[in-house]
Amino acid sequence: MADVKEMKKALFGPILDSNPIALHVLGICSALAITTKLETALVMSLALTTVVAFSNLFISIIRNHIPSSVRIIIQMTIIASLVIVVDQILKAYSYEISKQLSVFVGLIITNCIVMGRAEAYAMKSPPLMSFLDGIGNGLGYSFILIVIGTIKELAGFGTILGFEILPLVQNGGWYQGNGLLILPFSSFFLIGGMIWFIRTIRPEQVEPKE
Amino acid sequence: MSAKKETFGKTVGVVVAVCLVCSIVVSGAAVGLRSLQQTNAAIDKKSNILTAAGLYEAGLSNEELSAIYDEFVEERYVELGTDNYVEKDGDYDMYTSAKDPEASVRVENSNVGFQRRANVANVYIVKNEAGDVSRIVLPVHGSGLWGLMYGFLAVDADGKTVRELIYYQHQETPGLGGEIQNPSWQAKWDGKKLYQNGDVAIQVKKQAGNDNPYAVDALSGATLTSNGVENTLTYWAGENGYGPYLKNQSWRS
Repeated sequence: MADVKEMKKALFGPILDSNPIALHVLGICSALAITTKLETALVMSLALTTVVAFSNLFISIIRNHIPSSVRIIIQMTIIASLVIVVDQILKAYSYEISKQLSVFVGLIITNCIVMGRAEAYAMKSPPLMSFLDGIGNGLGYSFILIVIGTIKELAGFGTILGFEILPLVQNGGWYQGNGLLILPFSSFFLIGGMIWFIRTIRPEQVEPKE
Repeated sequence: MSAKKETFGKTVGVVVAVCLVCSIVVSGAAVGLRSLQQTNAAIDKKSNILTAAGLYEAGLSNEELSAIYDEFVEERYVELGTDNYVEKDGDYDMYTSAKDPEASVRVENSNVGFQRRANVANVYIVKNEAGDVSRIVLPVHGSGLWGLMYGFLAVDADGKTVRELIYYQHQETPGLGGEIQNPSWQAKWDGKKLYQNGDVAIQVKKQAGNDNPYAVDALSGATLTSNGVENTLTYWAGENGYGPYLKNQSWRS
């Protein structure tokens, strides 16, 4: 049985110390696409956290029975099934948001974080730790998405979660929305800035010079 | 990895077992949630029609919404390019029929962006409490930047004045073309005129101004989406679309 300290590390480590986006630079594609508004970023974070936690759990449960020659396919099958189930549940219970997200939810299948954690962690670790690791990495992903979504929505539209914070010129206010930050690629700058920030407060993440 | 994992029989066995479990889970979710999803889709369509009809209020329960719909909205079927009503089954859908060569025609001389359209369209006639026709809700669709955009155009009972243009399904970029669903942009449509001297005159262009009755401001950063909206309306309000129906005001008879 893993001790509490190790569990905490699996759960909270990925937020700053080994963030899947900032340190491993995984899952960038979806972080670029869906952070234009905070709401979609939140739902996406929730969906991804659910998928990565449960895929880690199930893969870890059967890890001793997975033949290594077909392990990637089996991981993919489990991940894809979970993603479809999440998509179906969203369609049934949260129709409005699923309409906004539908394509991106399906694309969780190709999110490198899910596959990466399954291959790197769940194949070698017991179920409970794998589950916590999945939640932890989901939180790490969510952390970046929420920060970027907040910055982009605030700077681009002057709103947060649809509530007006900075009144736009178009609506009679004073704030001129930043068009650059509405576009998906502006997340590159923001993610780059966050990696810089995190490596400044955690200098051990900086790779040694070659 | 231990050698015993790698026998052929075991590999096949594990693969079959995983596939079996996964397929049961996936089909279980799909079948178990289907009725809920279909209800959602039907409610969503009704709420879009009611929004176009100007009868939608936030916070309506599904039952209230259906009750309002049943009371004030009547679904009829119009032969496109004419002003005739025709009879159809209650589950007739113009988008399904557009795929049937028997029930549709090829779209020619238009840049609306789809190949075929059904011969008969679903239209929704909205009545007020006195029983008079207040609006006509017409389904429209056309291509935007990334794909087809589906919406409802609500026209006043005079057959000329736009009341609402509500898009409910599209793939435009969120924040740019996706702003076709922004309420403040939707509000710009109220009162615009479709026709000038009998021809379709409505435009979506830059700096149209609120006073121009024939033009609506284009969305900034979404020129192709704005053009798509204009092409959509030009086609559907024209001779091959609802033009004759709107002109002859068949709902008055």
